[in-house]
Amino acid sequence: MHEYSIVSALLDRVDDAVRLHGATAVHRIRVQIGELSGVETGLLHEAFLMVRGSTVSAEAELEITAVEAQWRCAMCNRIVARGERLSCPNCGATARLAKGSEILLERVEMEVP
Amino acid sequence: MCETCGCGDPDIVPIEIQESILAVNDHQAEHNREHFVRDRVLAINLMGSPGSGKTALLEATAVALGGEHRLTALSGDLATDNDAERLRAAGIPSLSITTGSACHLDAKMVHHALHHAPWDESDLLFIENVGNLVCPAVYDLGQQANVVALAVTEGEDKPLKYPVMFSKADLVLLTKVDLLPHLPGISVERIAAALAETMPEAAMIPVSALTGEGMGAWIEWLEAQRLETERLSALRVAAIGPPIVAGGHMKV
Ligand SMILES: Nc1nc2c(ncn2[C@@H]2O[C@H](COP(=O)(O)OP(=O)(O)OP(=O)(O)O)[C@@H](O)[C@H]2O)c(=O)[nH]1
Ligand SMILES: [Mg+2]
Ligand SMILES: [Zn+2]
Ligand SMILES: [Zn+2]
Repeated sequence: MHEYSIVSALLDRVDDAVRLHGATAVHRIRVQIGELSGVETGLLHEAFLMVRGSTVSAEAELEITAVEAQWRCAMCNRIVARGERLSCPNCGATARLAKGSEILLERVEMEVP
Repeated sequence: MCETCGCGDPDIVPIEIQESILAVNDHQAEHNREHFVRDRVLAINLMGSPGSGKTALLEATAVALGGEHRLTALSGDLATDNDAERLRAAGIPSLSITTGSACHLDAKMVHHALHHAPWDESDLLFIENVGNLVCPAVYDLGQQANVVALAVTEGEDKPLKYPVMFSKADLVLLTKVDLLPHLPGISVERIAAALAETMPEAAMIPVSALTGEGMGAWIEWLEAQRLETERLSALRVAAIGPPIVAGGHMKV
């Protein structure tokens, strides 16, 4: 389970922002997690609740937006439906992951005195 | 202080970040990649389930290459030095990265190990990741290519059950194919079909470390990757000049 390493990287990054802005507490942390990112949103949330206690984010809420995976043809941009081969029936080109690989820190809401 | 109403509450300030949570790892991975390209080393991140045959494959690769290229290996292991020992016995200078409780390698662990292994004198660096079909796929190590070892005994639906790993693979080695005669229920075609749904440029080579079957095709694939390493390295020289041969901080 690597969700703990993800949370610790997340809290480090939040900490940087806290110090930069001289914040006293963090209210909300918003992240995006893609379906094909390899990160489980449930496990991430659990890990967050376990780890946040000892940090400036102790009272913070983690808001996770799950992003559905979407493959598209790299040439013609056609959406590949679930269960289809990842090569385009029109132009034969390989699909690329247009959405769903996100492990993204979007925004931090914090208390600045 | 809240300036809008003067209530005395502190301001809640939203700060937009829009940055990968793994930015630190990604940055370290880019740094590793620079090293590999500079020293013209083909770095392969070899992943797969526990026991899928990663170490056996590397042992067989050393035999198949017969001294053709200089090899080095790093092997991620939760607790033991067994894999690195096996690889050294096979003639590949190798170092263990003991990960403890971590179920994957990350770029920093690899960078640290690079300081202790003679990788920069080699042509090929194999990084055998921790046996795990989930976590290693999340962390870029700076490799040129991801290779996944999938054993025929693991079941045909593994690419569908673990799509993240296979979506990031540049090559799948279908290992232990010598066992196929004993596995009447397993169809290589169905494995290939599952890969076509999860792996963008689906490429699979069936191999056996035991009989040597498929090793020729695997070596050919490596040679093609070597050409790509040469190309990347030449591009780098054209852009920023030749590497400093002595005194670079990675030289051991
Ligand atoms: N029949 C057969 N057995 C194999 C082959 N390759 C590996 N094995 C066996 O599979 C078992 C696991 O092989 P390893 O090479 O240790 O697998 P691994 O992926 O490195 O394992 P971990 O590093 O522990 O995750 C060993 O008992 C090997 O002898 C093969 O090509 N054919
Ligand atoms: Mg091994
Ligand atoms: Zn993990
Ligand atoms: Zn197309």
